[in-house]
Amino acid sequence: MRFSGWRVLREGLTGNKGWAPHWRDPEPKAEYDAVIIGGGGHGLSTAYYLAKNHGMTNIAVLEKGYLGGGNVGRNTTIVRANYGQQGNSEFYSHSLKLWENLEEDLNYNAMMSQRGIINLFHSDGQRDAFARRGNMMINQGDDAELLDREGVRRLLPYLDFDNVRFPIYGGLLHRRGGTARHDAVAWGFARGADQRGVDLIQQCEVTGIDIENGKVRGVQTTRGAIRAKKVGIVVAGRSGQVAAMAGMRLPIESHVLQAFVTEGIKPVIDHVVSFGMGHFYISQSNKGGLVFGGDLDFYASYAQRGNMPMMEHVMEAGMTLMPMIGKAKVLRSWGGIMDMTPDGSPIIDKTDTEGLFIDCGWCYGGFKAVPGSGFSFAHLMATGEHHEPAAKYRLDRFRKGRGLMDEEATGSQHNLH
Amino acid sequence: MRIDCPMCGSRDRREYYYQGGAVMLARPAPDAGEAAWDDYLHLRENPAGETEELWQHDGGCGAWLVVTRDTVSHEISNVALAEDVKRAMRKAS
Amino acid sequence: MRLAGKGLVDRSTPVQFSFDGTTYKGFAGDTVASALLANGVKLMGRSFKYHRPRGVLSAGSEEPNALITTGKGAGQEPNVRATVQEVYDGLVTRSQNAWPSLDFDVMAVNDLGAPFLGAGFYYKTFMWPKRFWEAVYEPVIRKAAGLGALSGKSNEDTYERAYAFCDLLVIGAGPTGLMAALTAARAGADVIIADEDSLLGGRLNAETGAVGHQSGAAWAAAVVAELSSMENVRLMSRTTVTGAYDGGMYGALERVNQHTSHRGGGAPLECFWRISAKHAVLAAGALERPIAFQNNDRPGVMTAGAVRAYLNRWGVTPGKRVAVFGNNDDAHRTARDLAAAGVHVVALIDSRNDVAVPDFDGRVFKGAQVCNAAGRKELESITIRTATGEEALQVDCLAVSGGWNPTVHLTCHMGGRPTWREDIQAFVPTDGSIPNMTVAGACNGVFSTQQCLNDGVEAAKAALKALGKKNADVEVPKAEDAPYQMSPLWAVAGKGRAWLDFQNDVSVKDIKQAAVENFRSVEHMKRYTTQGMATDQGKNSNVAALAMLADATGRGIPETGTTTFRPPYSPVSIAAMGAGAQGHGFAPERWTTSHKRSVEMGAPMIEAGLWYRPSYFPKPGESTWRQSCDREVGYVRNAVGVCDVSTLGKIDIQGPDAAKLLDFVYTNMFSSLKVGRVRYGLMLREDGFVMDDGTTARLGEQHFVMTTTTAAAGNVMRHLEFVTQALHPEWEVSFASVTEQWAQFAVAGPKSRELLNGLLDEPIKGESWPFMACGPVSVVGVEGRLFRISFSGEHAYEIAVPSRYGASLFDILLKRAEEMGGGAYGMEALNVLRIEKGFITHAEIEGRATAFDIGAAKMISAKKDCVGKTMAARPGLVDEDRPQLVGLKPVDAAKQLTAGAHLFERDAEAVRINSKGHVSSVGFSPDLGTMIGLGFFARGPERHGEVIRMVDHLRGVETEVEICHPVFLDPEGERVRG
Repeated sequence: MRFSGWRVLREGLTGNKGWAPHWRDPEPKAEYDAVIIGGGGHGLSTAYYLAKNHGMTNIAVLEKGYLGGGNVGRNTTIVRANYGQQGNSEFYSHSLKLWENLEEDLNYNAMMSQRGIINLFHSDGQRDAFARRGNMMINQGDDAELLDREGVRRLLPYLDFDNVRFPIYGGLLHRRGGTARHDAVAWGFARGADQRGVDLIQQCEVTGIDIENGKVRGVQTTRGAIRAKKVGIVVAGRSGQVAAMAGMRLPIESHVLQAFVTEGIKPVIDHVVSFGMGHFYISQSNKGGLVFGGDLDFYASYAQRGNMPMMEHVMEAGMTLMPMIGKAKVLRSWGGIMDMTPDGSPIIDKTDTEGLFIDCGWCYGGFKAVPGSGFSFAHLMATGEHHEPAAKYRLDRFRKGRGLMDEEATGSQHNLH
Repeated sequence: MRIDCPMCGSRDRREYYYQGGAVMLARPAPDAGEAAWDDYLHLRENPAGETEELWQHDGGCGAWLVVTRDTVSHEISNVALAEDVKRAMRKAS
Repeated sequence: MRLAGKGLVDRSTPVQFSFDGTTYKGFAGDTVASALLANGVKLMGRSFKYHRPRGVLSAGSEEPNALITTGKGAGQEPNVRATVQEVYDGLVTRSQNAWPSLDFDVMAVNDLGAPFLGAGFYYKTFMWPKRFWEAVYEPVIRKAAGLGALSGKSNEDTYERAYAFCDLLVIGAGPTGLMAALTAARAGADVIIADEDSLLGGRLNAETGAVGHQSGAAWAAAVVAELSSMENVRLMSRTTVTGAYDGGMYGALERVNQHTSHRGGGAPLECFWRISAKHAVLAAGALERPIAFQNNDRPGVMTAGAVRAYLNRWGVTPGKRVAVFGNNDDAHRTARDLAAAGVHVVALIDSRNDVAVPDFDGRVFKGAQVCNAAGRKELESITIRTATGEEALQVDCLAVSGGWNPTVHLTCHMGGRPTWREDIQAFVPTDGSIPNMTVAGACNGVFSTQQCLNDGVEAAKAALKALGKKNADVEVPKAEDAPYQMSPLWAVAGKGRAWLDFQNDVSVKDIKQAAVENFRSVEHMKRYTTQGMATDQGKNSNVAALAMLADATGRGIPETGTTTFRPPYSPVSIAAMGAGAQGHGFAPERWTTSHKRSVEMGAPMIEAGLWYRPSYFPKPGESTWRQSCDREVGYVRNAVGVCDVSTLGKIDIQGPDAAKLLDFVYTNMFSSLKVGRVRYGLMLREDGFVMDDGTTARLGEQHFVMTTTTAAAGNVMRHLEFVTQALHPEWEVSFASVTEQWAQFAVAGPKSRELLNGLLDEPIKGESWPFMACGPVSVVGVEGRLFRISFSGEHAYEIAVPSRYGASLFDILLKRAEEMGGGAYGMEALNVLRIEKGFITHAEIEGRATAFDIGAAKMISAKKDCVGKTMAARPGLVDEDRPQLVGLKPVDAAKQLTAGAHLFERDAEAVRINSKGHVSSVGFSPDLGTMIGLGFFARGPERHGEVIRMVDHLRGVETEVEICHPVFLDPEGERVRG
């Protein structure tokens, strides 16, 4: 079924009786050409691009819970390509281009909204660091503008410019950045993959990875054994556990990142705004809620919930930056499990086991990477060759020290990125 | 979250700094080789369950602590001074 | 309508407030909702999507409909529950999400389009033409978004945060909570009892049943009075416990002055509490749920318990002709109480066949259901369906009860999932969901007052046992009681839209459609339909929606899923949780001893770490900062300049193994440093990248003073603690930060010695203080320290005195310097001076630079191990192609350099793959008469003298630059030694 305004109109006039399932619920087959472990955003987009770009349709996505139940459904929905390091710059640039055509591609309104992102800076030194990053963005072919204080004031008059602990010096504006409706992204990819014949199998937990003579043979699941020539692990938040099934240890420590949404209020914040002197980023959803977040809670966690110290710190940042939001009330808070790597950048690579591939370590940059990650991981799984924009996301970069992409410049401590 | 500092008693999490796995106590020899150093700095067991971690009471006495904590329930079952743990490691080896 | 002689409001204290511009009268103790109902106002809000007219549904914070905006100007607060907000004289309230008025709302036209706006419709449309999403569709959608509005003005109210500690936190002050608190308090435990209501007592204030020999409300008041008199008890009314966190921590919001007109100054509007409790008793009660039927959202349809609350607590009847509809015995009480108060109860409709109903004057329908309601802005009639047919009844209020849901919310906050109980058709908390919390009373599915009282005592006893305290004797009073029996009824079959989530306009049809479209998981259904995402977080509707989903998918409720809740229990303002951070409160501020004087001199102060440092010191006649900066550079190069450098981290290190520690944390050797000498050191992180640099002085055989950069002082301190505790506890070494104990000033320039000699009690003679010497001195009679070090390349010293002398020493130094043709210099001049000499700061060692990159590979001593040494040797960190430190000079007419620009080969296109480095620092050198810069370029050190291209797209600067040695001035270092 093709979605369109006409379809909505026709169904509305005929009692909405013609809607069909967005995807099937097939029984798992005994064998597939490839199996993707993990039905989150990245897993679903990988399946979609395997089918669309590489004609691999005899494949399955195995999800232990429900589709899109991981971080793709619990983030602050920001999409951007404003990275400063080689490797990240080209990858996120490619991903953003995919975002820009996602609705047409998927025939699903994921509400990609390029409302512009402004990263504020608060000192001359920070300005220079942002300039370096902005120049990298333009070198890559993306957009960036350096705003001075008055330029920021014109766009964001509600910020506290006067008598504040860390005065605003200016901001880096990335007009093509913005937000998207997070769940819809997962559902759109799921529906697109399903329509191309991919089996999306929910409530199917992988319990083992079958390896013989260094080659992957399939997986064991709670719904029986499934043979597969290729297996892709795409399970952010559980990467370590699943990789361990193949005897691997990963350069990952799992951390909790909280996010917050307020009650719906009339539009007050049009852009995505981030504070430069404490982790804080905010946007307003199309439903009216202020969606915002901050830094990790900083301790290892799989609990998908955080604690008060970081929650309060995020609120503090909001109050010093834009004290007009004080009377907005936080409706809900939640936490996601972040695969934190030693340089804060992800991994899309082969493993030592033939036919076994891994896509992990997205830290908290995973949402904006959903299309790009799936595109590049599908390329790697289908062709055995690294996709150029993701070619630097190698597992061995930490050991060799070559091609590290430490955006935060904080070094090998996992939680500092 | 609260942590029982052996020096100061039960204190709010705000007073503590978290570094990572307690494997950081076992610094390899300079010539231990690439794999050993990769293990030490990068690779992690990262269990969903009980694990030993290094924290510092930096808003208090400054003591580095080995905290045994569950990463799913966040329950803390033991807190020891890192220097005691390190001394015991020395003795054992 | 207010009834004479009923209720607990204070009729001797009338209060005036306004709603949508009309002034109304209420009484102290009223909420906006109770006062409006008393004044006959039923229409209080509009729903989110279809703008359907809505009245009040509940009498608590779970209210989905009656949301209003209070206050004016910066005090404007959106989405306030009319059922919670107490009235006070002068309170201004307004309806929201309606235009031009609540009564006539243009957007109500959405309701007509409802067939096209069902669950998830927006995912299927607004995609063509492509650019229309951002240009047309989305702006329209956004404009319609939200309920109330923020003022757009900066917060002007006072908010606070506080900590509290207790043995036992009792959450909820109904019969269960009061008994629990009383039991624990009499046993001597430190008790905090918190309740979100202004009046403690919970349902006892809303019911007529007696407790002991008095009314429930009177009994509650007596217990509250006893608790108030006890020193070990803190009663917190108007305080919502919002979240349960690790280690017995609870968040709680106290609405300190939301019920008064006090604003600003010392009176906080709200206080966010962090309560550390050894044990907790959750006695949060239960929430009544409506039944879905066509038009069940009409103003006048309310929960049965809310009707009783308005009647018994506030003395208000929400209607003159009331019908009661329920699937349980509890609903009968509403009919009974209304009848007893003289309100005309038209009918009692019970969906069950075999039930005993109370005796009263109205009609009784058993085995019947209400299947429709009429009256757009005010309920006019209902349609009843019985076994024999349908019948319309003229009523202006319908009290509905679909049963009660225990308030399990807090028990879900740490990942716990509630358990389904078939007998009460509701979820109850699962044991152990929150460590050290006992769940008691109605929130545990206990729906009898007597049992709640008993349960409160038992819960307290369990807590006392866990706390190791003895029980006290508490007598449990007898309570009037009735058993709670119910039979499930979630939705009445029929055409039309039967509402579940009132605020988000989610109907039974939407849930069914979601199931058809294969959104069969609860999470999918919720996200697809927005069920439970409104401001009440599904408190009124989640369980019913789950039941509808179960029905639509042919599964039982427990198989379909469960419901979970995340903090906060009810919404909390950002201002409360972030209290104190607005303006300057976000981070501590650190001031040097010269701060006051610098400000007096007109220096703009800039942040450096948490410190403030002077940017430059303007003089009359100077119109740009560059003029001041150039002059200050000239002081240092030609006479003498004075600069406060106290912000640099200073760590005093002592002990037999002090040198060993330094050898281990610095790349270069310190054990060989002579007493009375200073050495520059480079510090790596264990991953091999540069962490920090600075000088360390050896004051004695076992005594060093390390300096760090301002920004890294804390990190370095922690690093030393780590090394000495976690890696080498066997070393005998102690250290302490002395950053704030010493005020330290750079005195730099050819006349620096001359200046100092005027102050030192024992002047510097000849070579008594060669370059890199250090030691104790007496300066104007004060014991201090002198270091012959330089960050400017000039003959220079740093002089340190205990901080209490800092301000006066700065004044003296300044006066002398000015007399000698010099003066104070700030950060701008300091930056130029250090760039001229190729000295690095965190602009260069920004966390991704290696010793190799900054040309300091040889500083990693081959004779010893040090932190970072092994990893610094990784192939990627010593790759010849890495960008390396260079000096940069513009060579074309533009003469411009900008930090953050990228560097390319002369003929290369300015695109990512061609970027070979960047500019890290720039400044104008008055000595050289040109901009100069430091930067990094691939294989840069091999290419001095070559011309490359600098491109700064952002600032529109493109120029050719010459690579040169990073030391621009005095490469032999003659001045510094001279």
